[in-house]
Amino acid sequence: MRDTAKVIIGILVFLVLVTTPFWYGKIAAESGKPPVLKVGTAEKECVMSKDFMRANHMDLLNEWRDHVVREADRVYVREDGRRFDKSLGNTCMKCHTDKKEFCDKCHSYSGVKEPFCWDCHNDPNAR
Amino acid sequence: MRGEGRVRTCIGEADDCYVSSSRAQRGDLPDALWKGIAVGLTLLAMTQNALLKAIVEDKKMGVKRRDFFKIAGVTALSALTATKAVSAFAFGPSGHGGETVSKDNAVRWAMVIDTRKCGKGAQCKNCPSLRACHEAHNVPDIPNKKHEVKWIWQDSYDHAFPTQTHALIKDELKTRPVMLLCNHCDNPPCVRVCPTKATFKREQDGLVMMDQHRCIGCRYCMSGCPYGARSFNWVEPKPHIKKINRAYPVRTLGVVEKCTFCAERLAKNQGPICVEACPEKAIVFGNLNDPKSEVRKILSVSDSVRRKPHLGTSPEVYYIM
Ligand code: SF4
Ligand code: SF4
Repeated sequence: MRDTAKVIIGILVFLVLVTTPFWYGKIAAESGKPPVLKVGTAEKECVMSKDFMRANHMDLLNEWRDHVVREADRVYVREDGRRFDKSLGNTCMKCHTDKKEFCDKCHSYSGVKEPFCWDCHNDPNAR
Repeated sequence: MRGEGRVRTCIGEADDCYVSSSRAQRGDLPDALWKGIAVGLTLLAMTQNALLKAIVEDKKMGVKRRDFFKIAGVTALSALTATKAVSAFAFGPSGHGGETVSKDNAVRWAMVIDTRKCGKGAQCKNCPSLRACHEAHNVPDIPNKKHEVKWIWQDSYDHAFPTQTHALIKDELKTRPVMLLCNHCDNPPCVRVCPTKATFKREQDGLVMMDQHRCIGCRYCMSGCPYGARSFNWVEPKPHIKKINRAYPVRTLGVVEKCTFCAERLAKNQGPICVEACPEKAIVFGNLNDPKSEVRKILSVSDSVRRKPHLGTSPEVYYIM
């Protein structure tokens, strides 16, 4: 068989192509690790647990919005009794001082486009 | 919301809260009557349904002339009843003079502006109240008059009270400057026409509020308000704000805005910022439902008017003449 070499090359090319998803996934996972977020505060705890906030901060913000705007209910009491102003600009951003390093970094990693919040709410720490 | 509701109100200290009952201001009907109407409508609908079913099952062929008229009759009857029922409840208190101070609420914020003091001071040329308000609330300063956004502004008596002036009125009064702002009407037409409930009346203290998150920019409220108290953001406002107060949000293109009686300050037991900033002490703010409040005291001894009271909006900004 004079074509052995060609056949082997063919098989190799075939194998490489077929396994593309596996090695591509490996490389992508290396470069696509979740970003490390800079919180920028001495506070130990958020208004809710980290896990809750990671998954549900948008719902919490919507709830706070309705409480403040529609029900004139502006004070949030944490489990340990500490009181917070229900305010994105004046509470959340006091700890998460760097919007670019906190909100934006994770939003862009997860492919979430910039929410409408910032059309009106100021990043109090900008500039 | 119909019937009795319970409202939690805080004045003074945050812990100084108490619960009061509030009633809806629209014509309340006894629950029994409502139930009766609902049952009636359901029965009519059921009859209509049954007729249709019978026809379809029995004949399995098009609807006959006679049957068609039966259905049409029942349908018309139910439609009529529904319209009647709805229209009976669709109107609030009729408003000759709009003498509806909502007595059921614990708090009814109101403002009294003394036009005799306003504009007399050395600083009045560049009204400190107006500036303080617009700076605190990030109200843009847009040169094009057509796109102007304002929460509080000044006009002459003649323009502010078009129904209470005449050709021979004394010059001093005719041209007297008057500060104008949202009247936080007790019966606000802007609220009634808003299709999204973006603007609403806070039942616990009567403030007419804006929920910018819900506003779709249809501007119905602007047609509804007889005082020109609302502004639409025709252009992106941010570039027109000289110095953004980062503790307060800005607005975006396509929403309506207006004075809020400084709801954010009231929450901290502070009065509106225009009251605080007026060097002539021409503006007083307080609870109209408290007979001992300063606003009530002033109103009880002064000659006061309101803007266009005949429209029945029951404005809650009073002017001393
Ligand atoms: S412009 Fe906004 S607030 Fe005004 S009526 Fe339309 S939705 Fe309501
Ligand atoms: S003054 Fe105009 S905007 Fe203000 S509550 Fe009355 S109708 Fe609404």
